[in-house]
Amino acid sequence: MPDFSLSEDHQDLVETVRDFAREVVAPVSAKHDEEHSFPYKVVEQMGEMGLFGLPFPEEYGGMGGDYFALALALEQLGAVDQSVAITLEAGVSLGAMPIYRFGTEEQKQQWLPMLASGEALAGFGLTEPEAGSDAGGTKTRAELTDGQWVVNGHKEFITNSGTEISKLVTVTAVTGTSERADGSVKKEISTILVPTDTPGFTAEKAYNKVGWNASDTHPLTLDNVRVPEENLLGARGRGYANFLQILDEGRIAIAALATGAAQGCVDEAVRYAKERQAFGTNIGAFQAIQFKIARMQARAHTARLAYYDAAARMLAGQHFKTQSAIAKMVAGEAAMDNARDATQIFGGFGFINEFRVARHYRDSKILEVGEGTTEVQLMLIARELGL
Amino acid sequence: MNIVVLVKYVPDAQFDRHLTGDPATVDRSESILSELDEYAIESALQLAEERGGPKAGNRVIALTMGPAAAATAVKKALQIGATEGLHVNDDALAGSDATGTSLVLAAAIRSLGDVDLVLTGMASTDGETSLVPAQLAERLRLPQLTFAASLELDGTTVRARRDGDTHADSLEAELPALVSVTDQINEPRYPNFKGIIAAKKKSVATVTLADLGIQAAEVGTAGAWTAVRTAEARPPRSQGTIITDEGDAGIRLVDFLAAQNLL
Repeated sequence: MPDFSLSEDHQDLVETVRDFAREVVAPVSAKHDEEHSFPYKVVEQMGEMGLFGLPFPEEYGGMGGDYFALALALEQLGAVDQSVAITLEAGVSLGAMPIYRFGTEEQKQQWLPMLASGEALAGFGLTEPEAGSDAGGTKTRAELTDGQWVVNGHKEFITNSGTEISKLVTVTAVTGTSERADGSVKKEISTILVPTDTPGFTAEKAYNKVGWNASDTHPLTLDNVRVPEENLLGARGRGYANFLQILDEGRIAIAALATGAAQGCVDEAVRYAKERQAFGTNIGAFQAIQFKIARMQARAHTARLAYYDAAARMLAGQHFKTQSAIAKMVAGEAAMDNARDATQIFGGFGFINEFRVARHYRDSKILEVGEGTTEVQLMLIARELGL
Repeated sequence: MNIVVLVKYVPDAQFDRHLTGDPATVDRSESILSELDEYAIESALQLAEERGGPKAGNRVIALTMGPAAAATAVKKALQIGATEGLHVNDDALAGSDATGTSLVLAAAIRSLGDVDLVLTGMASTDGETSLVPAQLAERLRLPQLTFAASLELDGTTVRARRDGDTHADSLEAELPALVSVTDQINEPRYPNFKGIIAAKKKSVATVTLADLGIQAAEVGTAGAWTAVRTAEARPPRSQGTIITDEGDAGIRLVDFLAAQNLL
C-alpha cells in the first residue's frame, strides 16, 4: 500500500510554513498585489527560515531536506499568496537547482550559499518569443571567442530576473549547429551562467500581468554579453536535456503550489459559507453551495495525491515524467476551477481585487500555462503512452 | 552562560476558545506554545548567539510545567533554537494557580544548578495574570526586571527598558536575574527545517514533583490560593443600538457614549 502520511519532520515543516503564511505573508498580500511590488521583507524572512535552501545539502548552505519538503512548503504558501510561492518555486527549482544538479564544485560553492539563503535570486532564462517547450526554436546565441562566451538574444517571462537581489540568470543559448542525416540542421544548445551585473544584460520593464502581481517577471535583452568560458553550466550541448530534467522536477513544485491554491480556495469558501447569511440562514446550509465546495475539496485532494505520488517516485529514483505532467495539469486545473467556484460563492466580493479568492482567480490562470501549458502536459502524457 | 526560558502550552489564541467538561474548564485540545513566550526565546537565542552560541557553552533551556501534551511547547522551543528542555509533568499539578506554578518552576530551576538568567514572556495568553515572573523571582531571590521592551547584557550587568504610558524606566541588575519581556522587544524567528530535524536529537528531561521534592498538596487545585468559582461561555454578542438620525442623532450618540462612561 502506498503511504502518503507525512513524516514528523515534514509535518512540523508544514505547520511552521502555514503559521508563517498566515502571520507574515497574508497581512501584506493584498498590498503587494495592488502595488505590483516585490515583497522583499517577506522574501528575506523566508530566507532566514531556510525555505530557499530546503532541498540542498548543508555544505552548500542548504537545510538538508528534500524536494518533497520544498513542495510541501510551496503548497502552504500557494494557499495564501501565489506570488510569494512562485518566487520561492522559481528561485529554488529553476534558479538554484540547475547549478546544484549540473554545476561544477566551484560553481556550486560560488552560487549556492547565497541562493540557498535567499540573499540572492537566480532566474531561469529559457523561454523566448518563439521558444519555450519547443527548445529547437531557441534563437539566443553564444559564441566562444577568446575564452569568453559572447551571448546575444532575447528572453521572455523570466521570473526573479529583475529584483534588487537578482544576481544571476542561467541562459539557454545555441552554441553551435550540426547537420542531421536528413540534411536538416540540429542546434547545439548549452546553458551559460550570466551574472545580472554583466554589461549588456538588461532586465526590461516588468510585465503588466493579469495575476502573480507581486512576482518579478521581465523580458531580458542580452546584447554582446561577455562571460568567462567557465560559466558554461553542465556539458556543452547538454542544455536541452538538462533543462528538460529541471522542468520535469519543476512540475512537481508547480503542482504543489497549485494544490495549495486549490485548497486555499476551499478554505476561504468554507469560512465564508459559514458566515454569510442569506434567506435566514448561512449559505453553507444550502446544498448548492455544499456540493460546489465538496467538488472543490475533491479537486484539491486529487491534485495533492498526484503531486505526492510524483514526488515519491522522483525521490525513489523511479520514472516520474508522466506523473509530474499529470500532477501539474490536474493541480493547475484544480486551482483554476476552484478559484472560479470560490469567487462564485463569494458573490460580489469575489469580484473585489483585495479578496483572496479574487486574487486566486487572477493568479490561477497562469497555472494552466506556465512551466508547460496543459496542452504540453497532455502531449507528454500521450507520448509516454506511445502515441 | 545558562539561560532558562519559561514556555507554556496554551490554547491557540487565533481561534475561538471553548469551555469543556463539568466543572467547565478551557478546552486545551488545540494548544500551542504561547506566542508571548516566543519573544523570550528570541531574546535568549540572541544573547546566546552574541556570546558564541552553543559551541561556546551557551545553553538555552526551555522549561515547561504541564501535562504530556505540553512537550509540544518544549519541542517548538527546541526547533527554534533552544539547546535542551526540561518538562515538569505530574498529575497532581492539574489546577495549579500562579502560586503553585511558581513554586514548581523555582524548584525546577534550582535543580539545574548555575543559572545566569531566567527569561519569560510578559504573560501567558491564557491566564494573562503576569504573576509568575514576579513570584518566581521572589522565590529564587533574583532581581526582577519585568515588562522589558529592550534588553542588553554588558558583562554581568543586565539592562532593560520598561515602557510606560508617560515615561520609560531604565532597569539594571547584576546576574543572576529574571527578566520578563514584552512583544515589543524583538521579532521572533520561525524554526527552519534544519532546526526541526535537530530538535529531535536534543535532550528533554521530564521530572515529577517527587524529583523536585514538592508535596502534591502544595500544588494543583489543593494548593491553590485562588479558586475559579464558575466559568461560563461569553454570551453571543447582541445586536448594537442603531440610532436613526431624526435631527438629534449627534446628541443621542453623545448621550449613549456618556452613559457607557466612554466620554
